[in-house]
Amino acid sequence: MANESNNSEPAASTENRREDMASHPTYYVPEQSKWPIIASVGLFLTMYGAGNMLIDSQTGNKESSAHWILFLGGLTMAYMLFGWFSNVIKESRSGLYSPQMDRTFRWGMSWFIFSEVMFFAAFFGALFYVRTFTVPWLGGEGDKGISGHLLWPEFQNQWPLLTNPDNSLYPGASEVIDPWKLPLLNTILLVLSSVTVTIAHHALRENKRKMVIGWMFATLVLGFSFLFFQAEEYIHAYNELGLTLAAGIYGSTFFILTGFHGAHVTLGAIMLTIMLLRILKGHFSADNHFAFEAASWYWHFVDVVWIGLFIFVYVF
Amino acid sequence: MSAVLEGHTTDHHHGPAKGLWRWVLTTNHKDIGTLYLWFSFAMFLFGGTLAFVIRAELFQPGLQIVEPNFFNQMTTMHGLVMVFGAVMPAFVGLANWLVPMMIGAPDMAMPRMNNWSFWILPFAFAMLSSTLLMDGGGPNFGWTFYAPLSTTYAPPSTVLFILSIHMMGISSIMGAINIIATVLNLRAPGMTLMKMPLFVWTWLITAFLLIAVMPVLAGVVTMMLMDISFGTSFFSAAGGGDPVLFQHVFWFFGHPEVYIMILPAFGVVSAIIPAFARKPLFGYTSMVYATASIAFLSFIVWAHHMFTVGMPITGELYFMYATMLIAVPTGVKVFNWITTMFKGSLTFETPMLFATAFVILFTIGGFSGLMLAIAPADFQYHDTYFVVAHFHYVLVPGAIFGIMAGIYYWLPKWTGHMYDETMGKVHFWLSFIGMNLAFFPMHFTGLAGMPRRIPDYALQFANFNMLSSVGAFLFGFTQLLFLFIVIKCIIGGKKASAKPWEGAEGLEWMLPSPAPYHTFTTPPEVK
Repeated sequence: MANESNNSEPAASTENRREDMASHPTYYVPEQSKWPIIASVGLFLTMYGAGNMLIDSQTGNKESSAHWILFLGGLTMAYMLFGWFSNVIKESRSGLYSPQMDRTFRWGMSWFIFSEVMFFAAFFGALFYVRTFTVPWLGGEGDKGISGHLLWPEFQNQWPLLTNPDNSLYPGASEVIDPWKLPLLNTILLVLSSVTVTIAHHALRENKRKMVIGWMFATLVLGFSFLFFQAEEYIHAYNELGLTLAAGIYGSTFFILTGFHGAHVTLGAIMLTIMLLRILKGHFSADNHFAFEAASWYWHFVDVVWIGLFIFVYVF
Repeated sequence: MSAVLEGHTTDHHHGPAKGLWRWVLTTNHKDIGTLYLWFSFAMFLFGGTLAFVIRAELFQPGLQIVEPNFFNQMTTMHGLVMVFGAVMPAFVGLANWLVPMMIGAPDMAMPRMNNWSFWILPFAFAMLSSTLLMDGGGPNFGWTFYAPLSTTYAPPSTVLFILSIHMMGISSIMGAINIIATVLNLRAPGMTLMKMPLFVWTWLITAFLLIAVMPVLAGVVTMMLMDISFGTSFFSAAGGGDPVLFQHVFWFFGHPEVYIMILPAFGVVSAIIPAFARKPLFGYTSMVYATASIAFLSFIVWAHHMFTVGMPITGELYFMYATMLIAVPTGVKVFNWITTMFKGSLTFETPMLFATAFVILFTIGGFSGLMLAIAPADFQYHDTYFVVAHFHYVLVPGAIFGIMAGIYYWLPKWTGHMYDETMGKVHFWLSFIGMNLAFFPMHFTGLAGMPRRIPDYALQFANFNMLSSVGAFLFGFTQLLFLFIVIKCIIGGKKASAKPWEGAEGLEWMLPSPAPYHTFTTPPEVK
């Protein structure tokens, strides 16, 4: 791969190394960077602040200053993300971007998305496990039903689980979300947004920039509408259905799956917003726009997760 | 490829920056590898100190030195620190140093992210260690942190423990992505996949395991956090959840995790044994396939850690047979190493001593694993010192000896000096004796029914426990000798040639010793 020469090697570099590498233009090893250590400090402050906030609220510490640590951590992370990405974008636009680097980014993004898939797999696995084994066993059915009989003889196996084994400790929801209303609408919105982002991508490849901007704008409208309706649904669940985090295993699995999915949609929407802003600034070309592609991969990923959610959390 | 690539001694560009900031800001894979290795060694001593507390308490029956709750914190932190702080970072350090040099790459694929992967760790472990000083103490539920011990009955500091696990996970996933991108994308021309050294292969597969299971660990600690702080009932049967669910998700991570800690050691040993047998590795291709098979099997055997939890009988049977299958690819590897040694011109310098001990003692750990895999027999062994003996036999003479073998083997390449061979051998033999003295008696106490994670025990276990403690202290203090040997080698010693080991193979030995700050800025041609 290293002998694939790239004739469009940039003259942008100021270092001797670049001349040295003129015959082997594929490798770029960045200089020292301050961003990783800032990122480590930021991550630490965020985690430490968030952790202590939770601990202080549990132990009833009124003079907690943990939220300030969390705030500082958040600021540091925002500064780092802005600075680090600007750095990479500048490097890329000064012509350092090479086919070799492109492959590295592609592998990196693909494996990152794979790691996210496994993160959701843990929660889907938990959902399938409780539905297939735990709740029937607690209801006195199957191989291990005996323990359910002994502990909570009144408890009935059902899904969605509205009456929990100890319903005074974990009061169940009165009703669950109707899949054929807001969730169906959200499914349509998200699938459509996957289509529009693909159209925008094709337009970018054909260098039709006005079309890209239009379709990206449509994607963002669809994405943020999804988030709006999701928030609406949560308010409805909390206020009217008694479907809360504390409503037993149905509420637990419902909120952890839809909640983390919503967080990922938010992240994806932010990524796409930045892509739109970069396009407005004139970034990207027909054959060099991996950042855009990565954001769209991510968007398709959250879309696929939603289909799984719609089927296994809402419908069945 | 036989001559030293002289061009690399003349450094076209600058060497390392001066001062301490070099280590904070660096993007150089050798610097970052060094940071990982030193961090790992510090954690090794820290985790070892915690083990000293455990072994001091168990030196005699009765409660001697510490409170039971503090004893529990010691066993928990010892496990967490050794697994996530000592073994895993040591292998990442070796990968950082060696993978680019072995495949003819100038650095890791994402050098800045590489720095971030490392620098998360000191913060994560500072946060984890700080829990020991908090009200209610640190984690006291064992390194496997089973719910509801780790949720309903956990100390308040558990939230920080969970978040530190998240940080370690972020670090591991980024490190793994970096290694995969490096191996798949930065190989020198002609370095085809089936020409890669086995260390690179085993790390490629390990990196895949890491990306597949660290997010699952993140998932399970997230569910814990939700149960603790947000009123969910994932692991509470009263709300329709299940504590057993915790164990399933944890061990779906946990079983691949134990292979994450051993596969790179397989790679190290597969480099060292051929070098000191002066013969090529027997069955290279089968080694690659065996590693991949072990990795695959690691995903479908997790519940053998939970035979006594009350699974349906079909589950017990399936997980028993599936687990036994692992003996097949592992056996392939052990026989390949032995066959490589067979009729070789063997010499036993320190790396080879550690590698040979690895093969023998890891096999003992493998056999006790096979005993534990038998579900009905496991009802007797479960949660006894037999389990402790088993996993210490695969982790200490397995992972740790693998790391030490690798360090002695490549130390001349890193420092440009030979280490003190006599002292290295003393280090090996004291470690070997200490480690066996510490862990072999645990097989007997365990089979006789001594439970793990309990600070007191019945009188009939007294002699074996005293022996174990003596062995553990011998092993622990011997590692200070290791520290001395390494520092001595960094400062000075006999100059090392580019290839100090007669039978060594691989691109890293084509470079001068010590390896220049930047290597393979021009990719070598591999034939």
